Amino acid sequence: MTHPPLDFGPVLPELILVGAGLALLVIEAVFKRLSHAWLAGGAFAGILAAGWASVWLWNWTPRAFQRDSAVLGGMVAADKFSVVARLVLLAVAALGIAFGHHYFRRTGEDRGEFYGLVLLCTSGMTLIASANNLIVVFLALEILSLSLYVLTGFSFRLTATEGAMKYFLLGAFSSAFFLYGIAMAYGATDTTSITGIARALSGSTGSDALALAAAGLLAVGFAFKVAAVPFHTWAPDAYQGAPTPVTAYMSAATKVAAFAALLRVFNVAFAPLQWDWTPFIWVLAALSMVVGAVIALSQTDIKRMLAYSSVAQAGFILTGVTVAGQAGIKASMFYLVAYAAMIVGAFGIVMVVSVRGEDRTSISSYAGLARTHPALAGALTLFLASLAGLPPTAGFVAKVGVFGAAVNAGEWPLVLIAVLASVVAAFFYLRVIVIMYTQEPPPGEPVIERATGPSIGIVLVGIVTLVLGVFPGLAYHFLDQASVLRW
Amino acid sequence: MPWLTLTIFLPLAGVLFVLLVPRGNETAARGIALATTILTFAASLGILASFDTNAPGYQLVDQATWVSSIGLKYAVGVDGISLFLVLLTTFLFVIAVLASFRETPNVRALMATILALETFVLGTFLSLDLLLFFLFFEATLLPGYLLIAGWGGDRRASAAIKFFIYTMAGSAFLFLAVLFVYFQAHTFDIRVLSHHAFAVSTGRWLFLGFLVAFAVKAPIVPFHAWQPDAYTEAPTGALLILAGVLPKIATYGLLRFNIGLFPEAAQHFRGLIEILALVGIIYGAVVAIVQTDLKRLIAYSSISHVGFIVLGLFAFTQQGVSGSVLYMVNHALSTGLLFVMVGLLYERMRTRDIGRLGGVASVTPKMAALFLVAGLASMGLPGLNNFASEFLVILGTFGANKVWGSIAAVGVLLSAIYFLWAYQRSMHGPLRDEHATASVRDLTRWEYLVIVPVVVVILFLGLYPKPVLERVNPATCRVKLVYQSAPTPLDCGPLPIATAAHGTRGGGWTMYAPLNVRVDGSP
Repeated sequence: MTHPPLDFGPVLPELILVGAGLALLVIEAVFKRLSHAWLAGGAFAGILAAGWASVWLWNWTPRAFQRDSAVLGGMVAADKFSVVARLVLLAVAALGIAFGHHYFRRTGEDRGEFYGLVLLCTSGMTLIASANNLIVVFLALEILSLSLYVLTGFSFRLTATEGAMKYFLLGAFSSAFFLYGIAMAYGATDTTSITGIARALSGSTGSDALALAAAGLLAVGFAFKVAAVPFHTWAPDAYQGAPTPVTAYMSAATKVAAFAALLRVFNVAFAPLQWDWTPFIWVLAALSMVVGAVIALSQTDIKRMLAYSSVAQAGFILTGVTVAGQAGIKASMFYLVAYAAMIVGAFGIVMVVSVRGEDRTSISSYAGLARTHPALAGALTLFLASLAGLPPTAGFVAKVGVFGAAVNAGEWPLVLIAVLASVVAAFFYLRVIVIMYTQEPPPGEPVIERATGPSIGIVLVGIVTLVLGVFPGLAYHFLDQASVLRW
Repeated sequence: MPWLTLTIFLPLAGVLFVLLVPRGNETAARGIALATTILTFAASLGILASFDTNAPGYQLVDQATWVSSIGLKYAVGVDGISLFLVLLTTFLFVIAVLASFRETPNVRALMATILALETFVLGTFLSLDLLLFFLFFEATLLPGYLLIAGWGGDRRASAAIKFFIYTMAGSAFLFLAVLFVYFQAHTFDIRVLSHHAFAVSTGRWLFLGFLVAFAVKAPIVPFHAWQPDAYTEAPTGALLILAGVLPKIATYGLLRFNIGLFPEAAQHFRGLIEILALVGIIYGAVVAIVQTDLKRLIAYSSISHVGFIVLGLFAFTQQGVSGSVLYMVNHALSTGLLFVMVGLLYERMRTRDIGRLGGVASVTPKMAALFLVAGLASMGLPGLNNFASEFLVILGTFGANKVWGSIAAVGVLLSAIYFLWAYQRSMHGPLRDEHATASVRDLTRWEYLVIVPVVVVILFLGLYPKPVLERVNPATCRVKLVYQSAPTPLDCGPLPIATAAHGTRGGGWTMYAPLNVRVDGSP
C-alpha cells in the first residue's frame, strides 16, 4: 500500500510561524546593528501571513483521497475550531510583540531574540489547538512551554528569573503528568490518536480504569497550563515576575491554547467517558473560582491580583467545559475570546503605566490615574468591568454563555458558586477603579511615556471588548460552525 | 415613530457628543447634557401622546432579534405601569443634570455618566425581554457606582463599594434565576412568560431569586445596610436618580416579574413580604426620628416609603397596586426634592447636622419654605402628591388585612414626627452665631430653575392624579389575569371607595374617579 501524497495545507500557519521565527533569529544574529523595529515588522509580517493562511483554512476541505478532516496521517485536525483558536492566538501574539517592542526599549533590555521566541511559542500554541494526536499535543505543549520559560525570564531582574525558574520546575512536573497520561491512554486503547481513542473507547465493553486514569492525568497536565486550583501555584510568581508584555501574552495565549486542546481531548477522545470526567472538571472549576477570587482580594500588587483573578477566570471557563458537547465548546470558546481581549488589554495598560520597568505595579500607585491620564483610566475601567462581567462588555455575554450552558446542563449548584465568586471578583476589580477615580494622585509622579504601538493595540482590544459585548452575534456566527469538532 | 427606542437611546447618543467635547470646555458639556435630557423628555412626551389609554397590553412595541444564539431579543414596549415611570425618569434626569451643573471636577465624565445611566434606567422600564431587562438592570450599577465614587462626599469610597457589592450580590441570584427561567420556558419574552405555568416549587425558588435582587436594590429591610451610606455620600444631582429612580427599578421588577410571572409564589410568600414591608415602614421612620444628619434622615425615611410601595404591591387589591405605582412616581419626586433642598442647605451652611443648624428660616426664608413643601409632600399632606398614593396603598392594604393597614397608618404618623421635628430644630429657633456671621444668600434664580418644575409636578399630582391613575389602572387590572391562577384572585371589581364616591360625586373623591368608572358603569 502506498501512502497518499501529504498535504501540508492544514499546518501552513505553523510552518509560516516557525519559518519566520527561525529567520528572525538568524537575521538578528547576523545583522547585529539592525534596528529592532525591522524585527518587529518582520514578526508582524509573519503573523499576518499565518493569519491569512488560517483564514484560508476556514473553507479548507480534504481532498477526495483523504478520508476525513484529520490529515497528515491523522496528526492534525483541519476544522474551523482550530481556525478560530489560531486567529485569536495570532492576534494576541501581535499585541505581545507591539507591547514588548515598546517595553524592552524603555527598560533597555531590548534583545532581538524576543521576536523569534514569540513566533516560535505561538507556533506551538496554534499547533496544540489543531493537534489530533496526543503526541502532537505533547510536542506542541513543549514548544510553547520552553519558549515561555525563556520569555518569562527575559529580563535582568531577579524576580523574573525566580518566576521563570518556578514556572520551569512546575511546568516540567506537569509535562511528566501529561506524558504519563498519554502512556496510560496508549495502554488502554493501543493508540495515541485522539479520534482513535474515541473510537476504541466507544467500542470497548471492558473496564475503563486505565482510560479514566489517562483522562485524569491529562486533565492534571492541562490544569497546570491553565492555572486551575490546585495546580496554579506557579502562576502568581510567573505572572508577577515576567516582564509585563510577556505576562500579557502568556496570560491570554496560554489559556486559549491549553483550553483549546483540553476541549478537543475531552470532547473527542474521552467523549464516551463524559459522565466520569465532568465531575473532575466540576471540582477544578469550583476550586479555581473560589480560591482564585478569595486570594485575589488581599493582593496589593496589580499584576499579582490579575494573576489570581486569571485563576478565577480559568474556573469560569472550566464551568463551560463541564458541559460536554457543542454547547459547552461554544460557550467556552466565546469566553476564551473575550478573556483574551480583556486580559491583554488590562496587562497592556499595566505595562504602559509602569513607567520604566516594573516599578509602579502596586495598586496604590494607580491613585488618581483618572485625573492625570483619563484615557488610560477609562480603558482600564472597561477591561476591569469586562473581567468583572458587567454589561455591556464582552465579559458579561461570556458569563451569560457559560453559566447558561451549565444551568441548562443541570449544573446550577456550580453556577451558584460561580455567580457568588463573580461577586467577590467584582470587588477586587472595582477596588482598582475606585482608587483610580477617587483618590488624589500622589505628588511627583514620573511622567508616563507616550506609547503609540501599545496604545493602538489597547484601543483595538477595547473595541473588541465592547463590540463582543454589544453584538456577540458577530462572534457566535462563526463559533456556531467552529464549535463542531469533526472526527 | 419608534418612540420607545428613540427615548431609550437618545441619552446614549448624548454620551458620544459629550465625550467629543474638547477637554476644558465644561460649559459645552453641560449644555449638551441638558439639551439631551430635555430632548429625551420631549421624546417621552411623544410616548405619552401616542399611548392609547384604552388599549390592553404592551404598546408601541419595537422588537428585533439581537443575539439569536442565546435567545436575546431587543424588545421594548410600554404599558400603564411603565409609562409614568418612564416619564418620571426623563423628567428627573433633566432636573438631575441641572442640579449637577456646579459639580466639579471632570464635568465631561460626570455628564457622560449621568446620560449613560439614563439610557440604562429607561431600558429596564421598557424591556419586554427578561435578559434585556437584566442587562440594563446590571448596567445601571456601574454608572451609579461611579457617580458615588467619583463625585461623592468624604467617605464615598466605602459607600460606593458597599453599594456595588450589595447590589451585585443580589443580582447574582437574579442572574441565576433569569437563566433558569429561560431553560424552563425556552424564552426570555415577558409576554410569553406571563402565560407560562411554572411548577410550584420551581416558581417559588425563582420568585426568591428575583426577590433577593429587588429587595437589595429597593431596598427592603433587612437588605438595606448599603442605602444610608450610599445616599449620604452621593452628590445631590446623582442622588435624585439614585434615591428617586433606581429604587423604582426594583419595585417595578417586583410587580412585573415577581407578581407577574410567579403568581402562585407571590401568594405563597405574601405574608412574609408584607411583614418585611411593615417592618421597613416602622423601622425606617423610627430610625429617621433619631438621626442628626438631615441627609441620613431622608435616607431612612426613604426606607419607610419604599416599605409602603412594597406593601401596596403585595396587598393584591387594585387600589393597593395602583397606589403603589403612583407611589413610585410620587416618592421619587418628593424625596428627590428633599435631597435637593438638603444639598442647597449644605452648600450654604457647610453642615447637615441638625444640632448645629437652627434658625435657618430667618436667614433664607424662601429656601426654608420650599424645604417645608418638600417635607410636607413627603409625609403625605393632602393636596400634595404623596397623599393620594399613600391613601390608596393604605386603603388597599386595609381591604386585604385590617391589622396590616392599621400598622401602615402608624407609619404615616411617624413620618410627620420625624420630618416636622427635624424641620423645627433646623429651620426655626434662635439663629446660631456661626450662621449669622456667614453671608448666606437665599435661593438664586438658577436654583429656582431646579426646584420649581418639581414643585409644580408635586402640586399637580397632589390635586389631580386622575391622568396617571386612569392609565395605570387598566394595566394593574390586567395583572389580575395572572392572579386568576392564584387562590384568591385580585379584586378588580367593586371598590370600597366607590360607595363613598358615589354619594359625593363632584366632591372630594372625584380625583380618584378612574377607580370608580368601572363601578358605576358611567364613563
